[in-house]
Amino acid sequence: MSGHASHAEHSHGSVKSYVIGLILSIVLTIIPFGVVMTGSFSTAVTLLIIVATAVAQVLVQLILFMHMSTKTDEGWNVTSFVFTVAILVLVIGGSLWIMHNLHLNMMIG
Amino acid sequence: MSTDTLSNQDDHAHEHDHHDTSGTKLFGFWVYLMSDLVIFGSLFATYAVLLRGTADGPTGAEIFELPLILISTFLLLVSSFTYGMAVLAMNADRVAQVKTWLGVTFLLGAGFIGLEAYEFNHLIHLGYGPDRSAFLSAFFTLVGTHGLHVIFGLIWILVMLIQVQTKGLTDMTRPRIMCLSLFWHFLDIVWICVFSFVYLMGVL
Repeated sequence: MSGHASHAEHSHGSVKSYVIGLILSIVLTIIPFGVVMTGSFSTAVTLLIIVATAVAQVLVQLILFMHMSTKTDEGWNVTSFVFTVAILVLVIGGSLWIMHNLHLNMMIG
Repeated sequence: MSTDTLSNQDDHAHEHDHHDTSGTKLFGFWVYLMSDLVIFGSLFATYAVLLRGTADGPTGAEIFELPLILISTFLLLVSSFTYGMAVLAMNADRVAQVKTWLGVTFLLGAGFIGLEAYEFNHLIHLGYGPDRSAFLSAFFTLVGTHGLHVIFGLIWILVMLIQVQTKGLTDMTRPRIMCLSLFWHFLDIVWICVFSFVYLMGVL
C-alpha cells in the first residue's frame, strides 16, 4: 500500500463517521445506565447488558474515532491491539483466578 | 526509499518520506498507548481483587452517585467528538476552526475533571478517602490515574493551542495533534471501562 493511501485512510475521517460514532456512543451509554438506574432486569441480565454495551462502545471508539483498521500500517495497529488484549486477559483473568483460590484456601472473609 | 528515487523525483520522494515519518510517529504513539492500557489493566485487576476488602467501610453501592457519573461520561464522550472535529478542521487547513474545537474539547475535559475533583473531595470529606479501606485505595488509584491522564491531556491541548497559534499547522504540529487525538480517544475508552465495571457494576 502506498504511503499516501494510508495517510488518507488514517487521518481523514468524515463528519458523517464522527456523528455516527457520537450517536452510537450516546445510545450505548444510555442503555446500561438506564438498565442499572431503573433496575428493571435481573442482576445476571444487567451484567450481560453492561458488558455487551461496553465492548460495543469500545469498538465504536476504536474504529470510528481512532480509525483502527487492518488497512493502515499494514495492520500492525490491530495486531498490537490484539496482543495487548491477550496480555490484559492474562493479567486480569489470572489475578482474579489466583486471588479467588487464595481466598478459598486461606478461609478469609 | 532508495537514493535513486530521492535524486530523480525530489518532490515526490520528500512527500512520501513525510507521510512515512508521520505514520511511524503515530504508530509509535499507538504502541505507547497499548503499554498504557496494560497499566490500566493491572489497576483494574487490583481493583477487582480488592473489591470486597471494605474493612467495614462503605461499599461501592453506598457511595457511587450515578447521575454525576452519567454527566461526566457525556462530557468526555462529547469531547471525544469535538476533538474529532478539530482533526477534520486540521485536514481542511482551517486554523481558526482547529483552535475553536480544541478550545471546546478543553472546556469539556476541564468540566469532567471538575466533577471528578468534586466527587473525590466529597468522599474524602465524608471520611471515605483512600486510607479508609483496600477497596477505596484501589478505587482512588484506578479512577485517579485516569483523571491524571485527562489532566495531562488538558495540558497537552493547551500546548497545542499555543503551538497552532504561534507556528500554525505545520509538518511539526500536525502529527502532534494526531497523537493527542489518539490519546484523547484512548482516555474515553478507559473511561468506558471505568463507568461500566466500577460504577455500574458497583451499584448492582
